[in-house]
Amino acid sequence: MVTTDVTTSSSTAPRPDENRMPRRRWFAELGWRHLVGVVAIAYALFPIVYVISASLSEGGTLTGSNRLFSEISTSNYEALGGTLFWTWLGNSLQIAIATGVGTVLMGAAAAYAFSRFRFTGRRVGLTSLLIIQMFPQMLAFVAVFLLLITLGNVVPALGLNSKIALIAVYLGGALGVNTFLMYGFFNTIPREIDEAAKIDGATHAQTYWTIILRLVTPILAVVALLSFISTFGEFIIARLVLQSERNWTVAVGLFGWVSALLEANWGLFAAGAVISAFPVLLLFLFLQKYIVGGLTAGAVKG
Amino acid sequence: MPTQPTLTGDATDPTGSAGGTSGPPGVRSRERDRPARGPVRPGVFVKIALMAVVNALGVFGVLAAWREGHMGILAAMVALVVVADWVYFSRRTLPLKYILPGLAFLLVFQVYVVAYTGWVAFTNYGDGHNSTKEQAIEALLLQNERRVEGSATYPLTVVERGGALGFAIVEDGEAKVGTADDPLSEVRDATVDDDRVTEVPGATVLSRQEILRRQAEVTSLRVPVSDDPNDGWVRTQDARTGFLATPTLQWDPEADTMTDVTTGTVYKATSDGSFRNDEGQRLNVGWRVMVGFDNFRTAFGDERYAQPFVKILVWTFAFAILSVVTTFLLGLFLAITFNDTRVRGRRVYRTLLIFPYAIPSFLAALLWSGMLNRSYGFINQVLLGGAAVPWLTDPWLAKLSVLGVNLWLGFPYMFLICTGALQSLPGDVLEAAKVDGAGAWRTWRSVTLPLLLVATSPLLISSFAFNFNNFTLIYMLTRGGPRFADASVPLGHTDILISMVYSVSGLDGTAAKNYGLASALSIVIFVIVATISAITFKRTKQFEEIS
Repeated sequence: MVTTDVTTSSSTAPRPDENRMPRRRWFAELGWRHLVGVVAIAYALFPIVYVISASLSEGGTLTGSNRLFSEISTSNYEALGGTLFWTWLGNSLQIAIATGVGTVLMGAAAAYAFSRFRFTGRRVGLTSLLIIQMFPQMLAFVAVFLLLITLGNVVPALGLNSKIALIAVYLGGALGVNTFLMYGFFNTIPREIDEAAKIDGATHAQTYWTIILRLVTPILAVVALLSFISTFGEFIIARLVLQSERNWTVAVGLFGWVSALLEANWGLFAAGAVISAFPVLLLFLFLQKYIVGGLTAGAVKG
Repeated sequence: MPTQPTLTGDATDPTGSAGGTSGPPGVRSRERDRPARGPVRPGVFVKIALMAVVNALGVFGVLAAWREGHMGILAAMVALVVVADWVYFSRRTLPLKYILPGLAFLLVFQVYVVAYTGWVAFTNYGDGHNSTKEQAIEALLLQNERRVEGSATYPLTVVERGGALGFAIVEDGEAKVGTADDPLSEVRDATVDDDRVTEVPGATVLSRQEILRRQAEVTSLRVPVSDDPNDGWVRTQDARTGFLATPTLQWDPEADTMTDVTTGTVYKATSDGSFRNDEGQRLNVGWRVMVGFDNFRTAFGDERYAQPFVKILVWTFAFAILSVVTTFLLGLFLAITFNDTRVRGRRVYRTLLIFPYAIPSFLAALLWSGMLNRSYGFINQVLLGGAAVPWLTDPWLAKLSVLGVNLWLGFPYMFLICTGALQSLPGDVLEAAKVDGAGAWRTWRSVTLPLLLVATSPLLISSFAFNFNNFTLIYMLTRGGPRFADASVPLGHTDILISMVYSVSGLDGTAAKNYGLASALSIVIFVIVATISAITFKRTKQFEEIS
């Protein structure tokens, strides 16, 4: 019923009598939608409103946070300075940005090769990627842990408790899902462009860096962002690899606060949560259009 | 170490080829004949610089692996460096120039790791079975030592030789020196003064201060008397006199047995990687062996694990399916609601509804765990007026809470994809249905919904696969709790398979480590997810899209 409405209304779009619809009919057709919308937004937003209020409360206990905006104080935010929160946030950003950039560089290069060159093993390569990606790295965390112990004996920078090692582990999954997402997008760029560039004397590297990569920027942004977000929120491997408190990520650190002493640290946690959610939320709203496209092309939140 | 070379190698690849290969195969031969003309591209220098870094790091890694005597890593490093050089300096490897960086990471940190998981699943790797048999024997002998009663004490000097601490003693008028790795042996040219060694060629005698500084090292040092570990070792407590300590266990390499010399009990080496006596008692240190399908048998057969395993398996499926269904239904309902172009402010609604999706899920789960707290939580205290509903501590309510929180987290995603799918429905098909006289409901049921499901089903399947392994949500919200009352293993009612693997592995410190069983469970999860994905891929013909 709704979809038929769409086609009819879009074909006859701006009806002059729209505003003069009888009130009853208006509610049956449109008014309830606003009602649903308001309820849905209340449902979607109340935890967020709650956490902001809790972060601004003076006391910082769970009980004290229940009276929304009864007091406004920045004490929780100031108290964050006395903890390792900012170190953790810095670690998280470093790791997530490095992983995001690495994922995009490697995924895009691989997708370009699969999309543009015809070589032996290409089909096998793509099919194997599809199969390997079914086994999430997270499932192999025991083996990751054991591998890093061994690597760390040889090169400490790649062993346990190293951020570089964690990034390397995350980059191991760079080709998986992303290659397919990008591969599809690369295929939509006409090959005639490559040909034209070649005739003009460009090498394939010039074509890749200066022409193709510019044309596929939207998918690069989506992959970078999705990779950033999933790395930012990754917990299981980060917790195993990063052992000293100074090296923790926000996910590991905040979990520690809340799981150990829920009551006492609640205000700190709320302030930390607001700060760490803020950049992601902004990025998300900013790049909304691209993300929706990327999602419908097959990505899942991580 | 394989990682860094390839990371930098990535940037190398396209620039590198700027100087070298280019053009289609047909042109190549002519190009090769052509002498290099014109200015050299800057890319060449970048490539050479980057490859130099790659090689330097590679050589560093190879040397480090050699020093540690780790042949597996050494071979992998050499292979990676050789392949990287070949790929970026050859003219015939154009596609590989682009694929290699990602591929190297993939091979080391995904393919190898998955294969290793497969191997560990068939071993008894875990607490008490950590290493090789030789190391296990050594550990057993060390752990069960005692001072030999009535044995002599030796005047002892602490020395440092080749970077390792050692003891120099005088026995029967002869000076002997040894370190932890090097049994005591006679030294001819040592200076002995008043029954005490004062100078050893090739070694430095530690001063009193140095000994004090390295006290812990000195008192824990054991210098073997001979190559046979059964003969015992020299130890010291004051760094001036040494005494002979021998293991209470006697290792017999011929019979492959350990004998307790105090009780006379004989422990035989068994195929399960431990020493066992006739009564079935085991020594506490064992070694790694292949145990075949034992871990899988434990998961499905051993009642300590089998019972919770079945419950957890069922709940994992229920959780994943219900999560997809509930989020999809709510998302679809909202998408339909706002799919009418006459609704004002649709953009505002959409933006606000995305908010939960943009919050990192670990934060959301922690936040909800506070709000659902029984005594102080916002839900009970404010929304329910002080009711003490045990949201996270009652088995069924905890499951409901998990689903509810996942609904909050997941519906915006479904809302987005349903909106996209609805908007891309072909108008002519709907028009045709109308012309054929179908009513609104009929059109929706027979045309819109099937088309919508076709468009979204791959996403629903991947969402299922994601939730099947949604560790973060479960762990942050309930940590798998409330615990099963009867189980001797730390598992609970809301645990899903992946969080079960985490608990069983013992890496969180709540239980004894059992890497073998954990890996076996990982394999089981993989088989389930892979089967479901394979069926879907077949149906959605994603394989055929690879042309």
